[in-house]
Amino acid sequence: MLDQYIGVVLTFAFAAIIVGIMVSASMIIGRLLGENRRSPVKDQVFECGNPPTGPARSRFSVRFYLVAILFIVFDVEVVFMYPWAMIFRSLGVPGLIEMSVFIGVLALGLAYVWKRGALAWD
Amino acid sequence: MWADVGIAAVKSIAVLLMVLNMSVVLLWVERKGSALIQDRIGANRANIFGGILPFNLGIVNTLIADPIKMFTKEDVIPAGADKLLHFFGPFLAVFPVLVTFAAVPFGDVLVIGGRTIELQVAALDVGILYVLAMSSLAVYGIVLGGWASNSRWALLGAIRGSAQMISYEIAMGLSLIGVIMTFGTLDLQAIARAQGAHLWGIIPAWGILYQPLGFVIFMIAGVAESKRVPFDLPEGESELTSGYFTEYSGSKQAAFMLSDFAEIVVVSGLATTLFFGAWQVPFLARDGWHLPGGVTLGMPQLVVAVLQIASFTLKVFALCCLQILVRWTLPRYRYDQLMDLGWKRLLPLALANVVVTGIVIVLVG
Repeated sequence: MLDQYIGVVLTFAFAAIIVGIMVSASMIIGRLLGENRRSPVKDQVFECGNPPTGPARSRFSVRFYLVAILFIVFDVEVVFMYPWAMIFRSLGVPGLIEMSVFIGVLALGLAYVWKRGALAWD
Repeated sequence: MWADVGIAAVKSIAVLLMVLNMSVVLLWVERKGSALIQDRIGANRANIFGGILPFNLGIVNTLIADPIKMFTKEDVIPAGADKLLHFFGPFLAVFPVLVTFAAVPFGDVLVIGGRTIELQVAALDVGILYVLAMSSLAVYGIVLGGWASNSRWALLGAIRGSAQMISYEIAMGLSLIGVIMTFGTLDLQAIARAQGAHLWGIIPAWGILYQPLGFVIFMIAGVAESKRVPFDLPEGESELTSGYFTEYSGSKQAAFMLSDFAEIVVVSGLATTLFFGAWQVPFLARDGWHLPGGVTLGMPQLVVAVLQIASFTLKVFALCCLQILVRWTLPRYRYDQLMDLGWKRLLPLALANVVVTGIVIVLVG
């Protein structure tokens, strides 16, 4: 079974080489072709001409954290559905009813989150 | 055993080069196609050494000049940026997208000299899981790209981008559950082969006949994953300069652009495999044509393989053109509308799709 993954390993290796060369290309070509002069203006971040407004590690909205947590919960639900979906045909109606109950419970959770406003204006 | 490794290496390089080539072709289609849609001519000004040739090759010159420009620009890293992460941002944005194609079958088999070669780089039993896992990794590239820029606006764009990507991943995963229920397997080559059957002898049993809603949800989620318009707020071309890849110049920016186009190809490739019969040509089997009415025309296996690879490429290209059309037609979604669509509309729809598919399968069998 593991020899299925030879193709994957080789693709990883070739893609890593291609992408690695591509991403470092301009660094290497830049060093070879000319001198790199740093100036204070070049080092500043781009803010459409305004002087930099401060460090980047500032606070951001907690709604992103909520989205991440909700993603974890629903993604685990989806992962539970994969093996069920594969053997679904041999499970018949009892399997369908069990999974419908599972989906129903999670849909209730989604409705609760929706009602409480965690999905609002993000 | 070394012959197997050699064949796998050749296939893997071929697939990677095909994805990269498709990306360049799509760049051409995008620039000229968008020009056509917007009633203008597009890029045709670049010329070689100021006119060595008496005619202008039009956009071909641009397609040569653009990469040369990208690779020779100076690589500016802003002060305070983490140098290692600045390298890994673009790397992780492109890498998972390229390796996703290892599981996608681009043909049936190729019989050369008594050896049967599967036209799929890695004949994984868990093809769909592998594909979803790799697309999940693409989020890292975005987050690292924004974080390593040491710019507040880039970071904000990156966080919005990652929130958008993970929201639509759930819808994408759920839309695939319907497909798995229909075909009963995660193996992409088995799904492709199962779509060779013909309903009532005439209609090819492609996935879209079984899962039309699944296809729509998958395409919408796929376009949102690749942050194309109408979902390109993290990139925000007219709003945030370039969002999370503002601080990247030279080939790192080229890598981010490449990840955009490569993801179009990957989403189209997956949609083709699962919903449009992958490499299946209607009525074409491994040994020739089996037309309705009992007529069979034998064909050499090599011609059949070439026809099937061509059919796959054409279908992928058609879906890519569809995505480009959508990009230049629709205006951009506002961020809260975008999240609404992902959580409040696609997710319940996809859950309903799973339940309805289950009921239909139990009833019809």
